[in-house]
Amino acid sequence: MSILVLAEHHDGQLAEATAHVVAAAQQIARDGGGDIDVLVAGEGVSAIAEAAARLDGVSRVRVADDAVYAHQLAEPLGDLLVALSGDYGHVLATASTTGKNVLPRLAALSDVSQISEIIAVESADTFKRPIYAGNAIATVHSEDALKVITVRPTAFDAVGETGGGAIEAIDNGVDNALSSFIDERLEQSDRPELGAAKVVVSGGRGMGSGENFQLLDGIADKLGAAIGASRAAVDAGFVANDMQVGQTGKIVAPELYVAVGISGAIQHLAGMKDSKVIVAINKDEEAPIFQVADYGLVADLFEALPELESKL
Amino acid sequence: MKVLVAVKRVIDYNVKIRVKPDHSDVDLTNVKMAMNPFCEIAVEEAVRLKEKGVASEVVAVTVGPKAAQEQLRTALALGADRAIHVQTEAPVESLAAAKLLAKVVGEEQPQLTILGKQAIDSDNNQVGQMLAALTGRPQGTFASEVEVDGDTLKVTREIDGGLQTVALKLPAIVTTDLRLNEPRYAKLPDIMKAKKKPLDTKTPDELGVSVDSGLKRVAVEPPAERQGGVKVGSVDELVDKLKNEAKVL
Repeated sequence: MSILVLAEHHDGQLAEATAHVVAAAQQIARDGGGDIDVLVAGEGVSAIAEAAARLDGVSRVRVADDAVYAHQLAEPLGDLLVALSGDYGHVLATASTTGKNVLPRLAALSDVSQISEIIAVESADTFKRPIYAGNAIATVHSEDALKVITVRPTAFDAVGETGGGAIEAIDNGVDNALSSFIDERLEQSDRPELGAAKVVVSGGRGMGSGENFQLLDGIADKLGAAIGASRAAVDAGFVANDMQVGQTGKIVAPELYVAVGISGAIQHLAGMKDSKVIVAINKDEEAPIFQVADYGLVADLFEALPELESKL
Repeated sequence: MKVLVAVKRVIDYNVKIRVKPDHSDVDLTNVKMAMNPFCEIAVEEAVRLKEKGVASEVVAVTVGPKAAQEQLRTALALGADRAIHVQTEAPVESLAAAKLLAKVVGEEQPQLTILGKQAIDSDNNQVGQMLAALTGRPQGTFASEVEVDGDTLKVTREIDGGLQTVALKLPAIVTTDLRLNEPRYAKLPDIMKAKKKPLDTKTPDELGVSVDSGLKRVAVEPPAERQGGVKVGSVDELVDKLKNEAKVL
């Protein structure tokens, strides 16, 4: 049976996460066989479809170009997936807010379980996924005929872009009388997206206030980093929730993660412990963050940050 | 309008997780249990809707073991009017939970059903979406703002990179995200009063739902331990190490 990957896209561009999900699909295909198709659903998505067709390992890109899919609303997108799923043994999507929103609908309407946020493919029907905020890793085996899976993109290396898949339009407009789009307010930022950044600089409750997060700006500029925050900093009202790194926020795995004024609560560690190099700056030398940090600096962040910025 | 709010009994979020030595599961013996934090936000939202006069009745529901009655009593103490306990000692996967809740939705016919976006034990983030699909109701997941306007529900959703607002035709399903509200604590007199509020018990059999699942848990292991590194004495040393040792600058 073939594998269908739901493409993630924003602002007319294919999201990089899709290349990671295709990598997971390749691992499944290596064990279970089958072609890899990508579904691009949206309005005016031909450039996205072309980008998806270049991903290595993709045989075919199926394009549902219709206004009903313009804002990735769960109800029509779910119905589209249900209509197509008969051709497939696996349907995969990114564990993004879009994938998480839509895929459980496909699973429920197909009367199968969903396997959420896999981090490893053991075989075509057995997968590893984190539970309890990453404090335990479950190996799960699916006996369902259709496997509906969301993939944690940072757990799989992206495939290359040297492929040449076929592009086919599908004529499948569905009705949606249940929900409608009102508006979208995306954070305007010149910085890289938190989930995809090579370097992340995060602040915690130790930052003391939202204004003090500006101390991270200069460092982030010099490193080309995204800025994140711990849940404690979000709960304290310093910064917006979409900056949250942790089990209840974004899961990141950059080359370099700099944790500033973050104590290292379990739920935060779950969101960043797979980073390649971790730096912690905290004045409390007993802070648990130092147990996972490759380089720990016990210092007052209000002195250390300006110095670090000047020396980068 | 009637609001149904679903809650789940899970390990308390402050408890350190230990995997059983035989790697069959996480060890839950003698561990503090509590209402799932996202469900607390769901209960709070339902109660606020009632306080605003939008909701006429708040019904709390849970699927779980006998002990989960404790979490229903908490929901009642927080302001729910009555509770429904779908009692089973068997493990219940998301799909079965959604099917059971769909039966309860069918019986109760709430205009609005509110659930937490995910439970902090299985971290699935599935039940609300599955319930919406099974009941043919629209879904507003990861909600940070909910507003009832006639027969429409305006839901602002926390999506990657920002916020999205959608209009849903009631009756609808909502799942909660962190910024929706800050849950209150139950007051002692309300905890006492909650003991007298009605609590109805049903079984999956009575609802005609099998809790069997196509998903089998093969093993549960602790995650790979990350080795702590070194402490550096100064910013200069840190920059030097990052440049010359880790080679990430």
